[in-house]
Amino acid sequence: MSEERRLAELERWNRQFVSLVPFNRALGIEVDTLGDGTARLRLPYRAELVGNPDSGVLHGGAITALLDAACGSAVFMKLNRPVTIATLDLRIDYLGPAAVGRDVLCDTVCFKVTRHIAFVRGTAFHDDGAAIATAAGTFMLATPHRRTGP
Amino acid sequence: MNLTELRAAARAASDPGVLAAAIPFGRFIGLSAVLADGELLGRLRFGPDVIGNPALPALHGGAIGSLLESTALFQLLWDGDVTALPRTISLTIDFLRSGRPVDTLARASVTRQGRRVANVRVEAWQEDPARPIAAAHGHFLLTSD
Repeated sequence: MSEERRLAELERWNRQFVSLVPFNRALGIEVDTLGDGTARLRLPYRAELVGNPDSGVLHGGAITALLDAACGSAVFMKLNRPVTIATLDLRIDYLGPAAVGRDVLCDTVCFKVTRHIAFVRGTAFHDDGAAIATAAGTFMLATPHRRTGP
Repeated sequence: MNLTELRAAARAASDPGVLAAAIPFGRFIGLSAVLADGELLGRLRFGPDVIGNPALPALHGGAIGSLLESTALFQLLWDGDVTALPRTISLTIDFLRSGRPVDTLARASVTRQGRRVANVRVEAWQEDPARPIAAAHGHFLLTSD
């Protein structure tokens, strides 16, 4: 399978998957762009996602969900075919609060995949570059990864 | 109602759920807090919206993470004398088992609380506390300045 075709198929599958996940839909998580082992997802600001009612700042849980979904998407985009994955761990550092009323973007990259495990890192930020959080995650692949397709 | 008043109201009612109900995101995804034998438990009510893998089905990692982080915050607010909503500095989540489509409970213990930072450990389970589905530890900033 050509590299272009692999990415096109994974992108189609990934976009459909992200949009079908109920929690992603409930929060309003959207796929912006996908590449070879990379993903950019977006979380539009909504009043229902606020964690601090006095300040209007989004809840950390909403950022966690965005990072988890975006890290998973980057893993999918690194594989040769759609494979079920499970998050093993996710570490999040909160660099600053998300600004009230602004979309949160999240860029992730799967920088290594072994037979069983994928390694990912990511950043949540605003479109003016203001950093909100960084994440590092590991994911387990339900079926072992092979370098070439079946 | 400010945080101090809210906590006073929750303590007067012996109901940490009063704290949980004040948080829009918690209400939206079905998070609450209860007292069981004097211990604070966070609870994520199961509903179709918290699913992350419809094929299994399994709960979304973000929903489980939200429960863990919120339970740590509820514990700090309930027990401590913090005057501002603690801010999460870092959170490390280990996903141990797939979250089945039922309610999930969590409990937190404050490992160390200093003047500015608290370290909290949290575990989440479904039927059996001895079989946790996720665990986390986090640092929380307690000062508002």
